[in-house]
Amino acid sequence: MSEPRPAPNRPAYVRPMQGWWRRDPFFVRYMLREATAVAVAVYAVVLTLGLVCLAQGEAAWNGWLAALRNPASLLLHAVLFIAMIIHAKSWFDIMPKTMPMIFIGARRLSPATITRTGWAATLLACAALFAAMWAWHA
Amino acid sequence: MKRSNAPIFWLLFGAGGMLAALFGPMLVFITGIAAPLGWALPADLLSYPRMLALAQHALAKAAFLLVIALFAWHAAHRILHSLHDLGIHKGVLARSACYGSAALLTMVAAASLVAI
Repeated sequence: MSEPRPAPNRPAYVRPMQGWWRRDPFFVRYMLREATAVAVAVYAVVLTLGLVCLAQGEAAWNGWLAALRNPASLLLHAVLFIAMIIHAKSWFDIMPKTMPMIFIGARRLSPATITRTGWAATLLACAALFAAMWAWHA
Repeated sequence: MKRSNAPIFWLLFGAGGMLAALFGPMLVFITGIAAPLGWALPADLLSYPRMLALAQHALAKAAFLLVIALFAWHAAHRILHSLHDLGIHKGVLARSACYGSAALLTMVAAASLVAI
């Protein structure tokens, strides 16, 4: 005699996917990388509010500046700052996989070179932006 | 055959991601940390007369709009595609919410820049 088959009205077992990304550090890093998009969105909203205030006049603009000095805002921006650094790091980490392969002569440009060039570009761009703030003030 | 609109959204995602990777950390540091605390930068860096004069310049307007719009479209695209990982269906509602928010932010920023 063969094994009794499960009743047809009994649902088959489906492995639950709830919290799947917490099962493996690789997935946690993936989700952290994707979550930086939330920080980018929040910062875009902060900047847009700034422009709206600037268009409304001096009092509104000073209100925006005062809001930025609030400890809650400073804490938020500390988180946004860390998220932006994670974004910059991971953006260039995955860049060798997202861009077409580059060949110099017969040799393929190595993934490590692409990633390090990207990080160097971030350092340069950030330094240039910081210097531009002082130049703007001079 | 209907052409896919995916490359447009992907291009905006890529451009915004690159801009955020290059300038994002320093932008947040300047506007959100250094300027409010008066650290490392002149105290009146973001004062009203200075910001108004800057924002009246066409190139600065373009730069502000580029940063806000590309950041918004980058984030919208990435969040939309991460919804699936959280078990949320990527349907018309999710698409409209994500891309609609980015479009709204772009329009509000553009309208403010025109008004300045």
